[in-house]
Amino acid sequence: MKKKKKRNWKNALPIYCMMLPGIIYLLVNNYAPMFGLVIAFKKINWNKGILGSDWAGFSNFRYLFASSEALNMTKNTVLYNLAFIVVGTVVSITVAILLNEVTAKFASRAYQTLILLPYMISWVIVSYLVFAFLSAETGMVNQSILGPLGKEPIVWYQEKKYWPFLLVFAYLWKSVGFSMVIYLSSIVGISKEYYEAARIDGAGKWKQIKYITLPLLKSTVITLLIMNIGSIFYSDFGLFYQVPRNSGALYDVTQTIDTYVYNALMQQGNISLSSAAGFYQSIVGFVLVLAANAIVRKYSKESALF
Amino acid sequence: MTGKDEKRIRIIAHIVLTILSLMSVLPFVLLISSSLTDEKAAIVSGFRFLPTQFSTEAYQYIMQQSTMIFRAYGITIFTTLVGTAIGLTVTSLLGYGLTKDIPGKGFFNFFVVFTMLFNGGLVPTYLIYTKYLHIADTIWALIVPSLLVNAFQVMLVRNYFSTSIPESLLESAKLDGASEMSIFRLIVLPLSKPILATVGLMMALAYWNNWTNGLYYLNDPSLYSIQNVLNAINSNIAALTSMAGSGLYINKSDIPTLTARMAIAVLGVLPMLIIYPFFQRYFVKGITLGAVKG
Repeated sequence: MKKKKKRNWKNALPIYCMMLPGIIYLLVNNYAPMFGLVIAFKKINWNKGILGSDWAGFSNFRYLFASSEALNMTKNTVLYNLAFIVVGTVVSITVAILLNEVTAKFASRAYQTLILLPYMISWVIVSYLVFAFLSAETGMVNQSILGPLGKEPIVWYQEKKYWPFLLVFAYLWKSVGFSMVIYLSSIVGISKEYYEAARIDGAGKWKQIKYITLPLLKSTVITLLIMNIGSIFYSDFGLFYQVPRNSGALYDVTQTIDTYVYNALMQQGNISLSSAAGFYQSIVGFVLVLAANAIVRKYSKESALF
Repeated sequence: MTGKDEKRIRIIAHIVLTILSLMSVLPFVLLISSSLTDEKAAIVSGFRFLPTQFSTEAYQYIMQQSTMIFRAYGITIFTTLVGTAIGLTVTSLLGYGLTKDIPGKGFFNFFVVFTMLFNGGLVPTYLIYTKYLHIADTIWALIVPSLLVNAFQVMLVRNYFSTSIPESLLESAKLDGASEMSIFRLIVLPLSKPILATVGLMMALAYWNNWTNGLYYLNDPSLYSIQNVLNAINSNIAALTSMAGSGLYINKSDIPTLTARMAIAVLGVLPMLIIYPFFQRYFVKGITLGAVKG
């Protein structure tokens, strides 16, 4: 068998041409903004353009970190992510294991279809669904649950204390179907022979789950965990913007870095603050992704991103 | 003993999964029921899982404004089709190139993967698209930013090409004098239908559900997709009347704003609810494919 020799530049030309549109897109959509991060160090003056504007040193960052918001949004972003990771993993694995026990084809397909449904819709729609439950005047919860119980109606979109729970719930509602499918595909991939052998040895279902399914899921779980920890500095903008309806009264418990950047840029038109917060997110996020990837690489090479 | 164990766990599974299925579906029932409730009844007794007083007034009101709804639908459908078509083409071309032994192969792979690790975020992206590319308030604002090509899907396609298409087939076509482009079109693409269908479906879903591009880049409501219309009404209930006009309602306060916004949300989500069960297994395939790497 002859090994094909490395192509030269001329032969590769048609290939380069085919790749060109994609490369250009990534240059514009991804690489240009990376260089655009320098605006965090600029005092933007649109007459001079981004590159021509005067340098501001670290003043944008001093301005950002002097506010209590910087700490608050960092705390919210990281803590919500940790809660999502822990609760999400436990719930999804449990659901996947239970779904795997349903042998009737139709029932199993029906459950999966229904539980995955929320994953298919946008956060805007979710916001409407939540509003139907939580609207202070006409919401189902105030009118049909709290009212008949003789409780005072709750102004949900003004009361901070409920939102950590509500956001975790909304996150689970929309995402459990997705991660359940991933874990289920891992479980289905486990060889039937293990279970066969265990049954012959007299192990019941609980024991099979404890000693076969869970240990064999470990590598999937750990990989996903580490990857999730790598993106702990990023939040789902739709969840934190749409579900609390961007209510200012709730910012203490709903503001994440992503919603802060959006609000600072679009609502206040404050490029200094938003670009500084964006830079902070990009750099810390990058370091975390690299660290997570290095750990995954050590643990299982084929699961690493690069 | 073992059999009893098995039976018990199966019963638990059915109970838990039934509850979860209900939790997934009931919010939609509440939404649809709210949209079919008489406006005054909704004000008095709130939204319920069954309409307290059935009425299609909200839909009648919306149908008077059908041009707005149809235009928003048209824009959603247009951006979904065009975005998916362009995105799939560009993604598969790039993915194909990455499988080739060309000078700079390592560099190009790194070039693509790096975009998954590091990004500039909203502010520079927004400034580049608005100040330099002047994309604001054009239809391209809904198609180009963030959605068109992403590295993850390029890698999915690349991996499929390099594992599922026999090298010998490409070599023999090459010997017959076929150009790279015709090899790609006549051999590679037809053999890659499963991955193209999966990635295409993921792209279409992303376009259909996208509301952020409209939020960032559009001021002109005539370009709003259905998601943007919903978002605008959500943040400002008055947007419904200003966008739609009061139609036959002489008195603006008679407009069933409360139930009409629910009705628009129903219209926004209905196509997905109808189509989804038929495509569900392809979605599942897309999710599990993605999970293999990542």
